[in-house]
Amino acid sequence: MSRLQLGNSAMNQAAEDRFLQDLERYVASAPVGTCPVDLALGCLTLCHAQTCGKCVPCRVGHAQLKQLLKAVLDGSATEETLETIENLSKNIIYSTDCLLGTTAATLVLKSIRNFRDDYEEHVRNGSCIGTAHGPASCTSFCPAHVDIPGYIALVREGRPQDAVKLIRKDNPFPIACAYICEHPCEARCRRGILDEAVNIRGLKLYAVEHCGKMDAPPCAEDTGKRVAVIGGGPCGLTAAYYLRLMGHEVTVYEQRHKLGGMMRYGIPSYRFPREELDREIDFILSTGINVVTDFSIGKDISFEQFKREHDAVYISVGAHADNKLGIEGEDAEGVMSAVELLRGIGDGNLPDFTGKRIVVVGGGNVALDCVRTSIRLGAEKVTCVYRRRMADITALPKEIESGLAEGAEIVELHAPVRIETEDGKAKAFIAQPQIIGEYDRSGRAAPRNADVPEVRFDADIVIVAIGQAIVCSPFEKTVPVERRRLSAAPDGKISGIDGVFAGGECVTGPATVIRAIAAGKAAAASMDKYLGFNHKISVDVEIPLPHAKDRRKCGRINIAERGVDERKSDFKCVECFMSDEEAAQESTRCMRCDHYGFGSFRGGRRFEW
Amino acid sequence: MVNLTINGKAVSVEEGTTILDAAKMIGINIPTLCYFKDLNEIGACRVCVVELEGKDKLASSCNTVCEEGMVVKTNSPRVRTARRTNMQLILSQHDGHCPNCIRNGTCKLQKLAAAMSITDQPFFDQIPSAPWNKEAPLIRNESKCIKCMRCVQVCDKIQGIGIWDIVSTGGQTKIVASGSRDITDINCTYCGQCITHCPTGALSARDDTIRVMRALADPEITTIVQIAPAVRAAWGEEFGLDREKATVNRMAAALRRVGFDYIFDTNFAADMTIMEEGSEFIERFTHKENYKWPMFTSCCPGWVRFLKSEYPEFTDNLSTAKSPQQMFGAIAKSYFAEKTGKDPHKLFNISIMPCSSKKSECDLPTMKDACGDNDVDVVLTTRELNRILRSENISPADLEEEPLDSPLGTGTGAAVIFGATGGVMDAALRTAYYLVTGDKPDADAFRSVRGMDGWKEAVFSIPGAGDVRVAVVSGLANTAKVLNAIKSGKAEYDFVEVMACPGGCAGGGGQPIEDGSEKAEVRGNELWRLDKGMSVRYSHENPDVCKIYEEYFEKPLGHKSHKLLHTDHSAWEMPKPLQNL
Repeated sequence: MSRLQLGNSAMNQAAEDRFLQDLERYVASAPVGTCPVDLALGCLTLCHAQTCGKCVPCRVGHAQLKQLLKAVLDGSATEETLETIENLSKNIIYSTDCLLGTTAATLVLKSIRNFRDDYEEHVRNGSCIGTAHGPASCTSFCPAHVDIPGYIALVREGRPQDAVKLIRKDNPFPIACAYICEHPCEARCRRGILDEAVNIRGLKLYAVEHCGKMDAPPCAEDTGKRVAVIGGGPCGLTAAYYLRLMGHEVTVYEQRHKLGGMMRYGIPSYRFPREELDREIDFILSTGINVVTDFSIGKDISFEQFKREHDAVYISVGAHADNKLGIEGEDAEGVMSAVELLRGIGDGNLPDFTGKRIVVVGGGNVALDCVRTSIRLGAEKVTCVYRRRMADITALPKEIESGLAEGAEIVELHAPVRIETEDGKAKAFIAQPQIIGEYDRSGRAAPRNADVPEVRFDADIVIVAIGQAIVCSPFEKTVPVERRRLSAAPDGKISGIDGVFAGGECVTGPATVIRAIAAGKAAAASMDKYLGFNHKISVDVEIPLPHAKDRRKCGRINIAERGVDERKSDFKCVECFMSDEEAAQESTRCMRCDHYGFGSFRGGRRFEW
Repeated sequence: MVNLTINGKAVSVEEGTTILDAAKMIGINIPTLCYFKDLNEIGACRVCVVELEGKDKLASSCNTVCEEGMVVKTNSPRVRTARRTNMQLILSQHDGHCPNCIRNGTCKLQKLAAAMSITDQPFFDQIPSAPWNKEAPLIRNESKCIKCMRCVQVCDKIQGIGIWDIVSTGGQTKIVASGSRDITDINCTYCGQCITHCPTGALSARDDTIRVMRALADPEITTIVQIAPAVRAAWGEEFGLDREKATVNRMAAALRRVGFDYIFDTNFAADMTIMEEGSEFIERFTHKENYKWPMFTSCCPGWVRFLKSEYPEFTDNLSTAKSPQQMFGAIAKSYFAEKTGKDPHKLFNISIMPCSSKKSECDLPTMKDACGDNDVDVVLTTRELNRILRSENISPADLEEEPLDSPLGTGTGAAVIFGATGGVMDAALRTAYYLVTGDKPDADAFRSVRGMDGWKEAVFSIPGAGDVRVAVVSGLANTAKVLNAIKSGKAEYDFVEVMACPGGCAGGGGQPIEDGSEKAEVRGNELWRLDKGMSVRYSHENPDVCKIYEEYFEKPLGHKSHKLLHTDHSAWEMPKPLQNL
């Protein structure tokens, strides 16, 4: 026998790898609300099995930790048990030899610290606070809790109009979300355990393209209450839509010329065609919402006066101000903010970038929007300069991929230093290369200056896309402001002030359209309650029962984009829709967690108005 | 229509039919355990699984809908193995001490295990346990619970209260009383619908038979038993007696064998209730401005508990008349004690009720009006009555009928219908009409309030008083709908009858259990049949009722009535629902 071999052990390794990959997929799509004690015990058991067994803290300590966690689970633990768990975990972390031993104990320690209430509930009542008995993962993860398995089933049955009707019960922006939602619903789609998440957004896009013209649902009887919504973006319009359906008289006041907020003045039309945005807004307004545009609180009227004229006011002004880099040369001609560029385009003013060299600073979705917009405006070269690593970019992977395909360059690990000017005009962007280092408080690897010379990027235009700020000043006298944001509860209530509510990006800081929608929806419910009503929003769509089927692996159908050469020179929608055949197949991939498992019981459609 | 074959037999069913129902249509029975039609179709036990040709996974037939061309096998080797294994798994976590289980003989799990000849157990015993307050009227035994979730469903969907929570996940999943609290600290109405829908002995009403047997054995004590209307329509079921044979007089014969000293009828007190509540209604109706509207019946303790916890703002709308059970108790320890010269402290009042909530009603601090002791000492459910008869080796079928005792043993047709939804309203209107007009209405004039609809409405014209708008509701989820409609002004009534259990006391939480079947309607029909056959069908014509007013109470709503027959519903506290805490 030769001393070195290929063979069995390598083959076993492959089997183990496949086993762990299955496990990885399972963990990635794990259900929500699992008992944290049970989960910690499960992880600990896995980790313990994988340790080598040499050292005492890990070999014996983990065994003891398991026993202690079991005691918590079976209700025989006391407060003292919890202390022992903490102390033992710490001891294992400090005294064991290698990383494997530390990991398991760290998991347990984090679990008991982060879920202290749960552990104590187990000690007191032998049960858990949080439970996995909510709706399907997709619905739970959707901030607006849209009935996703429901509308996918309707698409499957060839009922796109009912699908859209069902979505509108929880989200009046099915079209917007079909184009631009970040689809947090797909993150923990249970289908991921088997192969890949269902293309939920793609199916929604199919539904809104096939739903035809629809009439707005009837409004409840007039309540005689006058409600104002300040800011006509996704958050404000959502609140307005539901408040109108509840029978209140609603007026939306908008600072700009048109409604839509960041969907019009932030998101480029190649991602969300304007005629589609108008179709959406027209539907919402057809419920009978009044609109006043080109109207600014603080300029046209004081907020205090405005408040007196309404029974309830909702502030949803978003985050429209730009953040500055604070570097030399920032006020030169040719330096602009992302907000400035995209807002102008929203009103139809397209600058000409033909032959120009563009540097975009930042790494979020807005930065990528500026990159791809610049390409379409005729730029000769577009460089996106980002301070952290490529892996840390917060823009959607697909945006990065498409931007690169359209010819942009993304330069990672370069921090802004100054903008070189000539005759008051931008000439170059100077950056300092970075080295990635330890993790910062936000949990991301932090860059610091590398010991190398500065780098120069030729630039006629520098677009600064490093986040947006909130204009709080018109409301400051009445509404509390904290960390440059309006201060309100998640349901829109502002403590100590009657009749004024706030939500969306002006409260949370820059976020996503679906989060803004969720905030508007929550606010509508609490404002209705404040006005002395308890209207429920419902829909008369019957959800089809699932078809009995096996769960066989089947690839996910992704949405294609138009060819690079064609799409990069116009502002038309880049995405292609699913065909009937594709939608039919993709919709069958839904596991119907609303019906199977706990879905068939209480949890299936628990979220109601 | 959808065409499929089941075990080789072709069948054509309407779209949306489950495999379970389709199979039943062609005489193929698929065993079920957690399933309860229209209530719990969640496929949790996986006992009803079937094989679908071309599919690897077995499907739960209770909630899988038939599809065109399906080929179903209900007894394939794979199905048999899965069904058996799942039963063994359920049994591995179930305390199988059947001989001393309260549901021995009526347990669905026991029957199914026997039918499937499950005599071997390859798995480890993992019997769970959890503490419970044994003093509570509602008892839960974790070691018997098979997590079928029916209790949760019935409380959520039918009663709309949701006192059962599911907590924890995975192997730790369990059912607890809302917020993991003691059952007596929460807003449970003790209606007992979870008990009658439980397939096993996990839920039961507190057994008080031993207290009764102890009283019977005490020579110092005189035992008085009262029999609620709805009991007579149900008690014979467990003995295989048909309804014609399971009469109250045969029950009286059986109770006499057990040794009770006086066998009386709650029907007597039901007639008294109509005298008091009917007069109260007329007083309120003719002085509308002095009262809150509508007036609600108050004879159902589950309903009173529900109102006090969820809709306390309506407390003053409740009739102040006590329930028949409590009127009876107060009369027995006052009028009857005086008349017979007995020391009321030595009287022991037992009531046999179709109800588990009555066990809490008799222990209310406000129900000690006659002599300071509890007016009613012990409440037995119909099931407990049957348990006593069985343990005394009494075979009711072999007994001749015997009369009840006098004077508290007579009742009219108006009283016997108290046990069916609409009955109290019907009876009250018969007498109210007479009290206002001096004329007797036709006894069936108010029949539109009868029947199993959960929310019934009618308007009756009483000459001299005007139009009386009434509603009759049963089931607490329905009740919430009615109350919300009243609150929002969408509905306006003068008089509303509410029964916590669907169909009224006939479907009460203390009635015999036959798994999977709802018996409220057939029992209710029996009560209406009894009413029809009675020679006296008006409470005010009950001769003993007339006599007691002559001899003792003088008149309805009089001074003595106020002390003994009426109560203050606001004089005791009811726990609030979790969301209001």
